[in-house]
Amino acid sequence: MTTLQPPAAVKRRPAPPPAKRDRRSWSGWGFIGPFVVVFAFVFLAPIAYSIYLSLFRDQLIGGTTFVGLDNYQQALQDDRFWQSLARVSLFLAVQVPIMLGIALLVALALDSGRLYGRDFFRISIFLPYAVPAVVATLMWGFMYGTRFGLVSDINDALGTSLPNPLSPDLVLASIGNIVTWEFVGYNMLIFYSALRVIPHSLYEAAEIDGAGQIRVITAIKLPAIRGALVIATIFSIIGTFQLFNEPNILQKLAPNSITTDYTPNFYTYSLSFSGQQHNYSATVAIIMGLITMVIAYVVQLRGMRKGA
Amino acid sequence: MSTPVTTASRPAPATSGAQGSAPRLRGPRKRTEGRLPRRSVLLTVLTGLVLLYSLVPLAWLVISATKTQEGLARSFGLWFSGDFALWDNISETFTYNDGVFTRWLLNTVLYVVVGAGGATLLAVLGGYALAKFTFPGKRAVFAVIIGAVAVPGTALAVPTFLMFSEMGLTNTPWAVIIPSLISPFGLYLMWVFATEAVPDELLEAARIDGASEVRTFFQVVLPLLAPGIVTVLLFTVVATWNNYFLPLIMLKDPDWYPLTLGLNSWNAQAATAGGEAVFNLVITGSLITIVPLIAAFLLLQKYWQSGLAAGSVKE
Repeated sequence: MTTLQPPAAVKRRPAPPPAKRDRRSWSGWGFIGPFVVVFAFVFLAPIAYSIYLSLFRDQLIGGTTFVGLDNYQQALQDDRFWQSLARVSLFLAVQVPIMLGIALLVALALDSGRLYGRDFFRISIFLPYAVPAVVATLMWGFMYGTRFGLVSDINDALGTSLPNPLSPDLVLASIGNIVTWEFVGYNMLIFYSALRVIPHSLYEAAEIDGAGQIRVITAIKLPAIRGALVIATIFSIIGTFQLFNEPNILQKLAPNSITTDYTPNFYTYSLSFSGQQHNYSATVAIIMGLITMVIAYVVQLRGMRKGA
Repeated sequence: MSTPVTTASRPAPATSGAQGSAPRLRGPRKRTEGRLPRRSVLLTVLTGLVLLYSLVPLAWLVISATKTQEGLARSFGLWFSGDFALWDNISETFTYNDGVFTRWLLNTVLYVVVGAGGATLLAVLGGYALAKFTFPGKRAVFAVIIGAVAVPGTALAVPTFLMFSEMGLTNTPWAVIIPSLISPFGLYLMWVFATEAVPDELLEAARIDGASEVRTFFQVVLPLLAPGIVTVLLFTVVATWNNYFLPLIMLKDPDWYPLTLGLNSWNAQAATAGGEAVFNLVITGSLITIVPLIAAFLLLQKYWQSGLAAGSVKE
């Protein structure tokens, strides 16, 4: 590998790296190369291809024609798209804070050392993460359901009339519950891992100053894990905007409550696979990708700036 | 009240590169050496509510897997019905429809071994390169990968399908395996982990001894990366084992379905005209699907938790 290195490469190197590795500047490619090649094939090529697709339109008469930005214009005026976006935005505003809040509280409780059976709590609350979305959704869907669900059991036993969780009014909240169940433990673990690496000396200093538990949390723990909080928030935003599995699977159990354009991602899927509108579907996917990237980027900037 | 000042002046761990690397990796365990705080019953009970929330659905699944279809409808969800049908359900799951469940299980294993195994390999090699080498174009590689992580994976799915369909790859195992090979999160984790776990001096020593890069990697680096590798492997295994969207769009032939798609098709069967309802098999199949992953997480706890702890340092 070292012999492949052209002398010019050494001069073009951007920042001055540690001198000791000068000789080997191309060897790194031997290790990163395979990743980059596959990455280009499954990430960059589809992005490029979908941008290309979004500029064309396939019509019964005239075949495929170049239409410039017409598809984008259409998408921006598409009520079905905006409604689905509004739905996931509502989901984002309600479900993500609840999920991250519970995860943070549990992580702080575990980290406080005041729990009996801490390790049992940690692993058990994390376990749902290992359950596939399909199984989680089927399981909760059955429990929600009237056929052999828990809701009907409870209604029978107590004579109550709990509303059907799969009715159109409640189904979004029911999906929120499934997603929360799946990812509380995962986020808890991210927070908990970050909490565990805070140097112990900080707590000792706080104790000498007579700071209470709450003060330690707000003044030491939360600032120290800001990075983890930002990362978890960004992951949750990305996850919410591409919500698909849960509504798609739940649709079989609640066909009247979930439409084929329930979320933006469900909409692109339906456009492509039921409607055969590949070009328009690619356009909607690109717009959703852009929106997600912008929001994730803003969250990252804001989250990190507070730390300065 | 000088504490807040001291803390505020100390930025988040993200920028503190000054601490030694070895103590940091062992950080989590060190904490327990201090005085133990008083345990709290109240806090335990409150956290117990979240624990119940996490475990009750799994208990429901285990209990329901012991019921016949008729028992499911008749009995209370969180308690057993009269007849214990777990073994019947399991054997029926594996034999129903000419044993198609076994086929789905083997498909899933194939996708996991090749997809998650390959993803871990690429992430380990790439993470090591980013952590320990300077090479031309490193910044560009880094920027592109970080940028692409923010692109929603499913936004890529439809274009990937169209591209694969042009290339004749759809409805083959490759359509599921190839996209699974890239795990940006895995690459990130390995990069952070390799930075901490592999001392530069050791690499220098190996190079001075005249060991080739390949040999250095296998004999010196790989053993040091083991906890990180287990962590990345577990998370890529979960991602591929649980994958639903990608196979859903890529595969038409039920013979290539993974377990997730298969279970969904069994569930959907009840809703179609003339379809036989097999909810007991859907439930038992679900249980069989999650057992291997839960077992893996429980058995490998020690490794992935230390791997994650190291990964969180850099966030």
